[in-house]
Amino acid sequence: MSKIKPKVIEVDEIVVKFAGDSGDGMQLSGSQFSDTTAFTGNDLSTFPDFPSEIRAPQGTIAGVSGFQIHIGHKEVTTPGDQADVLVALNPAALKANIAWVKPGATIIVDIDYFDNKGYKKAGFVEDPLNDGSLLGYNVVKAPITSLSRASVRDLGLDIKSAERTRNEFALGILYWLFNKDLKYGEQYIDQRFKSKPVLAVANKKVLRAGYNYAETVEALRTTYQIHPIESRTGRFRNITGNIAAAWGLIAASEKSGRDLFLGSYPITPASEILQELSKRKSLGVKTFQAEDEIGGINSAIGAAFAGDLAATSTSGPGLSLKGEAIGLAVMTELPLVIINVQRAGPATGLPTKPEQSDLLQALYGRNGESPVVVLASSTPANCFFYAFQAAKIALEHMVPVIMLSDGYLANGAELWKVPEMSELPDIHPPMVEDNDEDYQPYGRNPETLARYWALPGQEGLRHRIGGLEKENITGLVSHGPLNHERMVKLREEKVQRVANYVPELELVGEDTGELLVIGWGGTYGALVSAVTDLQEEGKKISLAQFNYIKPLPRNTKKILESFKKIIVVEMNAGQFAFYLRALYQEFNFIQYNKVQGIPFMISELKEKFNQILEG
Amino acid sequence: MEDQANPSKVAEKVTKADYKVDQPVKWCAGCGSFAILSSVQSALAESGVRKEDVVFVSGIGCSSRFPYYINTYGFHGLHGRAAVIASGMKVANPNLDIWHITGDGDSMAIGGNHFIHLVRRNIDINVLLFNNKIYGLTKGQYSPTTPRGSVTKTSPDGTIENPFKPGELTMGAQGTFFARVVDTEPKRMKEVFLAASKHKGASVVEILQNCVIFNNRIHSEITGKDVRDDHQIFLKHGKPMIFGKNHDKGLVLEKSRLEVVTIGENGITEKDILVHDAHNPDDTTHYMLVRMTLPEYPVATGIIRSVSDTTYDKALQDQVKEAKENSKIKCMDDLLRQNSWIVK
Repeated sequence: MSKIKPKVIEVDEIVVKFAGDSGDGMQLSGSQFSDTTAFTGNDLSTFPDFPSEIRAPQGTIAGVSGFQIHIGHKEVTTPGDQADVLVALNPAALKANIAWVKPGATIIVDIDYFDNKGYKKAGFVEDPLNDGSLLGYNVVKAPITSLSRASVRDLGLDIKSAERTRNEFALGILYWLFNKDLKYGEQYIDQRFKSKPVLAVANKKVLRAGYNYAETVEALRTTYQIHPIESRTGRFRNITGNIAAAWGLIAASEKSGRDLFLGSYPITPASEILQELSKRKSLGVKTFQAEDEIGGINSAIGAAFAGDLAATSTSGPGLSLKGEAIGLAVMTELPLVIINVQRAGPATGLPTKPEQSDLLQALYGRNGESPVVVLASSTPANCFFYAFQAAKIALEHMVPVIMLSDGYLANGAELWKVPEMSELPDIHPPMVEDNDEDYQPYGRNPETLARYWALPGQEGLRHRIGGLEKENITGLVSHGPLNHERMVKLREEKVQRVANYVPELELVGEDTGELLVIGWGGTYGALVSAVTDLQEEGKKISLAQFNYIKPLPRNTKKILESFKKIIVVEMNAGQFAFYLRALYQEFNFIQYNKVQGIPFMISELKEKFNQILEG
Repeated sequence: MEDQANPSKVAEKVTKADYKVDQPVKWCAGCGSFAILSSVQSALAESGVRKEDVVFVSGIGCSSRFPYYINTYGFHGLHGRAAVIASGMKVANPNLDIWHITGDGDSMAIGGNHFIHLVRRNIDINVLLFNNKIYGLTKGQYSPTTPRGSVTKTSPDGTIENPFKPGELTMGAQGTFFARVVDTEPKRMKEVFLAASKHKGASVVEILQNCVIFNNRIHSEITGKDVRDDHQIFLKHGKPMIFGKNHDKGLVLEKSRLEVVTIGENGITEKDILVHDAHNPDDTTHYMLVRMTLPEYPVATGIIRSVSDTTYDKALQDQVKEAKENSKIKCMDDLLRQNSWIVK
């Protein structure tokens, strides 16, 4: 076969989806390709989509694991609605993803897996490659498995290990298709298989084999060039929401001078926070893997009493279990950060799928009047900032802070402009000097209402606190009816005053207009894309994306007043709308909700907003 | 181990009065907790620990009001959770001398899970378990240590559950220190509390405590003046296991089980009696000792097990120290720059 010089098309953005069995290394392929695109200067946003079973039956829809990546020459804010390129390593991967592929897209399949047995397992009646259903797509039938095996034959690997390199073959095709330098992939492989040199060699060989295959096969006569993003300088890296959240806590520890303690229990999709922090002992981080969720948070409360920056990480069902202890932190007025990576519920729900349905639980899911500060991160990278901010607020205001992330942010990655520590604000916890004669356990800073933080071991400050109601100032146990009511109001007021210390909400778009789109947390990427697209079409639409949920930003009411219509968009049945209605009864909040365990698509948002604008 | 005093802890002279609070102590008149509180205060005055380093942490229940009644740092937690609250404190500040006050409901029922994990991790915390075999603060329901068949508010026809023995759970969780005392013997309590304080690791002290209101005289077969010498054996490391009013009864090992014998009968002499080895890493005998119940056996009191092992808090400190010495990541900026690149 003679080499045909490919045609290079320059594009602004492209969406690629990898899909295969959950044992096929799809998540690995995704991160390898993300790193390469980031190194080559593209903006990117990724979304891993995997089943909760570790290895569901091979070849079935239930076992399909996927990784979507959106690469851009300009800023990209979502992993993309639909794919331009789909890599399907088996028939089930094709069946599960065909609905999310653009018309005319390139579909690369591993033809070695497309046999009668494979079709049946995937639930196809006919051979999908020959029944006409893929007309209009550019289907590349690559013998990925057999060629992968052939290219590592001389390395003496067992069949299983040889076959497991096939994801690199598919990646090699993509490197060629998108004009990416193989050296970045090779570096990634070297790093990944540091302790298994044979596998490093094998994977690199197969990566190159895939690249060479793509160069020679006729079905791929066009390649794509996505130029580096312009006007961006500085230090960059790729980061997922969970790693960013973990790092935000360490940064706050360094800024406050308090060691970081994380008491936690593994739970999908929050476990990476515990895993990452357990690697950071060199920064003084102590992790305590407790016997259960309750143990996780209670150990953190103990650490907070002893003077650490204390945190716990969890997901929805874990937050339910932690409720009583959050109340204890409210009552004892100790600093505590609770990072809740939301997933679809109730009960075990859809453990690996994102949802925003823990909002009301975070706000109200405890006995008694139990106010806490609630924040929500809205991109994978800003999980760093909001975890930092959660810690800063907790430490300076002596209050528990819940930070809401979700499975989509936690596992999704994006390009991050890395800050210097000197750019971050200082943190000043209300510490007490030894032998301070004026110290009283519930004496307060008059501005913030934070009580002062005297630590065991300090001289002249011995005191006792706990879950029983306390008399203000003295901290003595009190069953007095008027004192209790006063303390209830004080605890709420302390939380409300946090609004004086956080920024006002900035709109995306004009300050007034026809339609105000309200979102919070992880829907930011899809909402900002949809809203700016419509703004470019001349529509009078703006976006208010809330990161501060309780207290709400000071200018919230002013924003609500400035638009004719308001729509609240959430991945739940309407919890933020419910909250806003309770606080601002004078406005009409239209709802747009999606509770499918998958993020909003930009196209469906635009359609809905246009409908409201026209209606 | 009880002979490992830490010289760095020696501080200014502290007296029992330093540990008294000016607030009223609100237990029922005649409650066993008063004597326990007093013995703890005496032990602290002798322990040589800086009074600012002492922390009392409790769960919920009558016994768990303890931190309010002693002038140290104190934390009154949630039902069953004090074991983990205390663990977090110790990890955050390993210099603290942490006392976890709990009851049979708090540590054996709602906090049972945390209890066994605290013991398993061998965190250096002193656990004082007030075992009155009843729920007191909720007014008289049976607890996980209530004897089978007992009639209580929630078992009008007698309980149909087998009780836990805290000592068995401690051994099962690989405990390094277990002692048992009765609330009527302040001197022995003080002695045992001091040993528990000095032990590096999780020290569990079960205190057989009377509830004057809901379970009065529950331990009187063990503590009663007329019966205690015959119904109790106070164990001391290195000493033969002899008990009885006339010091003539002892324990021997017969066909892999303990047996009570009388010295002077059937040719038994003092030499035949088992010698208590609290420091033996093998817990087989300790396990047999904690299981002894009336009427076949006397109830074992004193320090039953005290062995040395690495503590969680020390091991974690070592790992942190090693990481700080060896890792290239010395500050947050180092971490932030990892795997990053500069675009100019």
